[in-house]
Amino acid sequence: MIQIKDLHKSYHMGSNSLHVLKGINFDVKEGELVSIMGSSGSGKSTLLNILGMLDEADEGEYILDNVPIKNLNEKIAAKYRNEFLGFIFQSFNLINYKSALDNVSMPLYYKGVKRKERTERAMHYLEKVGLAQWSHHLPSELSGGQKQRVAIARALASDPKVLLADEPTGALDTKTSYEVMELIQGINDEGKTILVVTHEDDIAHMTKRIVNLKDGLIIDDSPVEQIRASAHV
Amino acid sequence: MFSRDRWDEILEALNANKFRTFLTAFGVFWGITILVLLLALTNGLKNGVTADFGDFATNSMFMWTQGTSKPYKGLPKGRYFSYKIGDVAAIKSEIPNLKYVSPRNQLGGYNGANNVTRGTKTGAFEIYGDYPEFIKQQPMDILQGRFISYSDIEAKRKVCVIGTGVVKGLYDKEEEVLGTYIKVNGVNFLVVGTFKMSNSQGDGEQDASTIYIPFTTFGQAFNRGENVGWMAITAVDGVSITSLKQQVFDLMKFRHKVDPTDERAIGHFDLSEQFERINGLFSILSLVGYFVGALVLMSGIIGISNIMLIVVKERTKEIGVRRALGASPWSIKSQILQESLILTILSGMVGISFAAFVIWVMNIILDNAGPVDNFANPSVSMQVVFTALIILIVSGVLAGLIPANSATKMKPVDALRKE
Repeated sequence: MIQIKDLHKSYHMGSNSLHVLKGINFDVKEGELVSIMGSSGSGKSTLLNILGMLDEADEGEYILDNVPIKNLNEKIAAKYRNEFLGFIFQSFNLINYKSALDNVSMPLYYKGVKRKERTERAMHYLEKVGLAQWSHHLPSELSGGQKQRVAIARALASDPKVLLADEPTGALDTKTSYEVMELIQGINDEGKTILVVTHEDDIAHMTKRIVNLKDGLIIDDSPVEQIRASAHV
Repeated sequence: MFSRDRWDEILEALNANKFRTFLTAFGVFWGITILVLLLALTNGLKNGVTADFGDFATNSMFMWTQGTSKPYKGLPKGRYFSYKIGDVAAIKSEIPNLKYVSPRNQLGGYNGANNVTRGTKTGAFEIYGDYPEFIKQQPMDILQGRFISYSDIEAKRKVCVIGTGVVKGLYDKEEEVLGTYIKVNGVNFLVVGTFKMSNSQGDGEQDASTIYIPFTTFGQAFNRGENVGWMAITAVDGVSITSLKQQVFDLMKFRHKVDPTDERAIGHFDLSEQFERINGLFSILSLVGYFVGALVLMSGIIGISNIMLIVVKERTKEIGVRRALGASPWSIKSQILQESLILTILSGMVGISFAAFVIWVMNIILDNAGPVDNFANPSVSMQVVFTALIILIVSGVLAGLIPANSATKMKPVDALRKE
């Protein structure tokens, strides 16, 4: 599903140059649940942003679902993001003046789905994350866990190939974190490819494979025994 | 471009911060209100001043005789002469492009002595000897009966058409006017019609205290013979009387043996020239109105642009999220543009409506308070309203342009990182 070869990325700040990714190679197959770990500054978020086409690599090859991602203009990048990717953020990033249902249907709006079908599909995903009865609430009326579940429903709405989660449990307490992970595991069980960036060991061990980053290089990439989040709830 | 979804998006965004939306809109509202009011006031001033010209056909001049100032062909200077009825035919036949040439004679005048009687009632009125076409130069509403006709002229009938002021002065209420006789300077005239000025302003009473009789009758009854007091000459539409008047003067000087270089012998008042001058003045005033109004409006537009910039800045993260979800730069841009456009047009419409309301109130007050000097019926035409709307649309787009561009300038990754 994802193939990355020799990925480099540096940031330039004035005369200083910061080499963040120094040659990343890794593949993700369809249906995998991968966690990317590393201390802060290791480059894990940069990697995720490049995978999410929010940022561009300086060098290297990135192939997503057999489509080479290279020299995109913003219009095509937006189209690819809409078709291929679903984002889950640490701070949820829901639009605060839109109801849960409207938030979930946004990717479908940008995809050009008709209003009626959009609402049906958004409702379907809200049901999936167990928030059907909250569909008309604003984000401010939801708890942190609920917000993240709305965000997950939104990421799923356009039926993307890959879910990218950037510290999805970073703003949640342990119990809610496990609930969210349980949901993510469930989605993965249905065959969706998911990448999770985290710095929490217990969260990482709920995935099927851990990629460890340090100073812009992968120092360890190994499959792990998946711990079911439901065991903790 | 304006789908229902887009409407929802825009209304949601505008509703998200109502107070700010209101304040932003107020700038444009105020600007367009001032613009429309300024133009309406200019128009009111124009209406007031041009009303002093009455309804008289504006492409006209009045021409009378004065003493000669130069000796010519053996005739001394300081000689008085009079136009003759033959001059009218000469002018009509020799000078093209003239629409009406009306010879006139007058008896009585403002603050004159009593000159008209009917039974025991008397009054001082202005009596004019006129030709039928005079009503085309000076429009008036015939209330009863008719105006002077050519058969009156030919038969030198002693008939008259009297103004409402005359009726009031000489008749009892509800009394039948047509078919009665009034005595003008001792001569009996049959009343065949009554009139009032179509659009009288200020001079209404004087106009209404007027009696029209056939020109030929006037000459015979009041001993004027062939003499003509003065002439009212109107040129055809599209040809200015100002450009023709010198020909008329030259002809008159020739016919009355006046030195062609004698500037004093013929007096005239060029209504068209005066009217043009006033019109020019008001064109400039309108221009000033547009200019000042547009400047005020511009500060409102800058306000919108400014606020939209802040809105874009505040919503940087939201815009980042939208782009992560697949919003193309154009869809973001067009949303910002449309927000600004709708805000501008909406507040502009309210501004125009408010200005219209103020104008309406002004007119009611004017109606109740009676005529005011040099000011009447402030109003704007639909043309002005459409112009204002076009200005609004253009400026709404302009106001949104910079913010819309700045909204998509940032890379999505940076936008998402913003708190």
